[in-house]
Amino acid sequence: MNFIATIPKLPLDEWVEWFVALLRGNVRWLFDGIRNGLNWVLGNIEGFLSIGHPLILLGILVVLAFVIAGWRMGVFTLLGFGYILNAGLWPEMVQTLSLVVTAEIFILAIGLPLGIWAGRNDKVHTTLRPILDFLQTLPAFVYLIPAVMFFGIGMVPGAVATLIFAIAPLIRLTSLGIRQVPKDLIEASDAFGADEVQKLFKVQLPVARTTIMAGVNQSIMLGLSMVIIAAMAGAQGLGREVLAAIQRVDVGNGFVAGLAVVILAIFLDRLTATFGEKKVTKP
Amino acid sequence: MEKIVVKNLYKIFGSRAKQARDLLEKGHSKNEIQDKTGAVIGVQNANFTINKGEIFVIMGLSGSGKSTLQRLLNRLLEPTSGTITIEGEEITKLNKKGLREARRKHFCGMVFQQFAILPHRTVLENVAFGLEIQGVSKEDRFAKAQKMIDVVGLSGNEQSFPTQLSGGMQQRVGLARALTVDADILLMDEAFSALDPLIRRDMQDELIELQSKMQKTIVFVTHDLDEALRLGDRIAIMKDGEIVQLGTAEEIIAKPANDYVKAFIQDIDRSEVFTAGSIMQDPREVAHSNDGPRTILRKMQRQGISSIFMVDSNKNFVGRIDADPLAAYLKKHSEDVAQKIPSELIEKTLPLDKETPLQEVMVKIEQVPGPLPVLDEKKHLVGVIVRGAIIAALSSHPEQDETKGEDK
Ligand SMILES: Nc1ncnc2c1ncn2[C@@H]1O[C@H](COP(=O)(O)OP(=O)(O)O)[C@@H](O)[C@H]1O
Ligand SMILES: [Mg+2]
Repeated sequence: MNFIATIPKLPLDEWVEWFVALLRGNVRWLFDGIRNGLNWVLGNIEGFLSIGHPLILLGILVVLAFVIAGWRMGVFTLLGFGYILNAGLWPEMVQTLSLVVTAEIFILAIGLPLGIWAGRNDKVHTTLRPILDFLQTLPAFVYLIPAVMFFGIGMVPGAVATLIFAIAPLIRLTSLGIRQVPKDLIEASDAFGADEVQKLFKVQLPVARTTIMAGVNQSIMLGLSMVIIAAMAGAQGLGREVLAAIQRVDVGNGFVAGLAVVILAIFLDRLTATFGEKKVTKP
Repeated sequence: MEKIVVKNLYKIFGSRAKQARDLLEKGHSKNEIQDKTGAVIGVQNANFTINKGEIFVIMGLSGSGKSTLQRLLNRLLEPTSGTITIEGEEITKLNKKGLREARRKHFCGMVFQQFAILPHRTVLENVAFGLEIQGVSKEDRFAKAQKMIDVVGLSGNEQSFPTQLSGGMQQRVGLARALTVDADILLMDEAFSALDPLIRRDMQDELIELQSKMQKTIVFVTHDLDEALRLGDRIAIMKDGEIVQLGTAEEIIAKPANDYVKAFIQDIDRSEVFTAGSIMQDPREVAHSNDGPRTILRKMQRQGISSIFMVDSNKNFVGRIDADPLAAYLKKHSEDVAQKIPSELIEKTLPLDKETPLQEVMVKIEQVPGPLPVLDEKKHLVGVIVRGAIIAALSSHPEQDETKGEDK
């Protein structure tokens, strides 16, 4: 069986490195632009979330939870985030939340139009599907390497990796939701002489709303899990605390930081999930 | 007046339409063509006109191409070839924008079997949908929608969501949504087929009543002969994408064009159950043989009828007198009117007896312009049969009238 060893190795690794170098050399301005843009958004969101005393943000989160998801969630939010504050992890929580929110803004800005496009156009749908499958099957870590290569270390590669990792379910579910709108509703809107914009906003998006919101919810949850991993690329926040605790085999602090992540996860999940399920009621 | 004119209209589904068309011209059947080319014949060579203000029913078995034909009219489906003209405007020529405008101008949207109302909207918002699409202000469209909600009997449910309503009520929403749009042509695809029979019957009655008030041109698709007979001024019967017969209910029942149509009619076969005696009406007025011409004409005018039957002093049937020739006679002889009606004005129409089966009645009524007399064994006039009565009888549901009692 020695002959296998005699076959020269396919230099795929070299090709990838060559390709990345090529990109870095030639479209540096693009990556710099993306990095600066992301940094700016991140900084503003984090700055905004850190205005004034932490109790102000805590209060806002509790009210949000109460209004959107009911009193139980309100109580949970008060106790949960109260504990995070008490554990001294508030700034880290704000950093993680900022990263999730930033990534989600870009996920929505890119994913919704793509999902809508794929939902209304079979060619786009069949082109995107294998790409989305591929994106979702790769292990999350894999995204970190090119992200770091292109954007250096810090929050930005974390946000970019999160974006790529978490955008797939949103595109998929948005497209699915639009495809699932019953045919006769589409026929009805055409028969009344609706144009494409009217059809989209008056029929397709409202009817697909629950499915699209499920996509938003999934992308947020995936985003949060990725944000923790992003600590390896130097992103600050709760992820870094967990990572540090693992490296120091510090079970206690590891548990506390992990608990903070879980609280944040439950909060984000319940709020976006309820928002999707909620029946539309008109004033 | 012609509202919609359809000429040489074809719809062939699938990529090998050209080849399918050639095979069609060589006389191959829909199934053969599908096996050979994979193309499906939706509609083949349809030629007909739909008149303003009529209810035009498209009837046929499932898969015969009814929905396809209807969707070609507003180009929800693109014709493979042929033309559709609505009030002189050639719909098949329009570009996207022109088509959208034509849909808004000519069509009241559509009414669907599964209602197709928007689940996230209230009844009021659903009914106003068509006007919203046209850019009508909120105030105006809600005012108009409210009026139509009252007309279809949904008052009080304006703020309900579709899931809170029964099927019948949801379809009223669908109907109101269409009628709120100020256009002439109403397309209905199996609109009542999902409703249970009693509600269905109610909706049919209401549609007829609405139609008499609003004078829309209605294209109604159904697979149900009863419904077609009740609603249709004219009925087009389809098979394998082809219109195999087009005519009034009477024409279709009296002279079914082929076995396919016959099978449809035999399907219900009420014509065996009914006889002349069971569908005749009392003669509202008769002429007596000693009545003068003026008296007879006055009798007809009083009753608003255009022909009358004459009986002699022994109540024996004499014949039919029509108003038009009688009036002409009176005008011509205004000075010297005869005491008795001249015999040339009395039509010797063939009388029926009470046991004459409906099938025969139907054939006979096609042959004479007016009503038919029914005589008993003593040749006394006991009843008259008018066209409308035949259709009413055919489309009544004796079985359902029985179950009505059990429901309570
Ligand atoms: N989009 C389509 N693609 C292919 N075949 C179709 C399509 N729509 C309808 N057909 C076929 O065309 C024929 C007529 O269908 P349809 O008009 O829906 O019949 P009906 O309304 O009388 O039940 C059927 O054989 C059906 O399978
Ligand atoms: Mg159909």
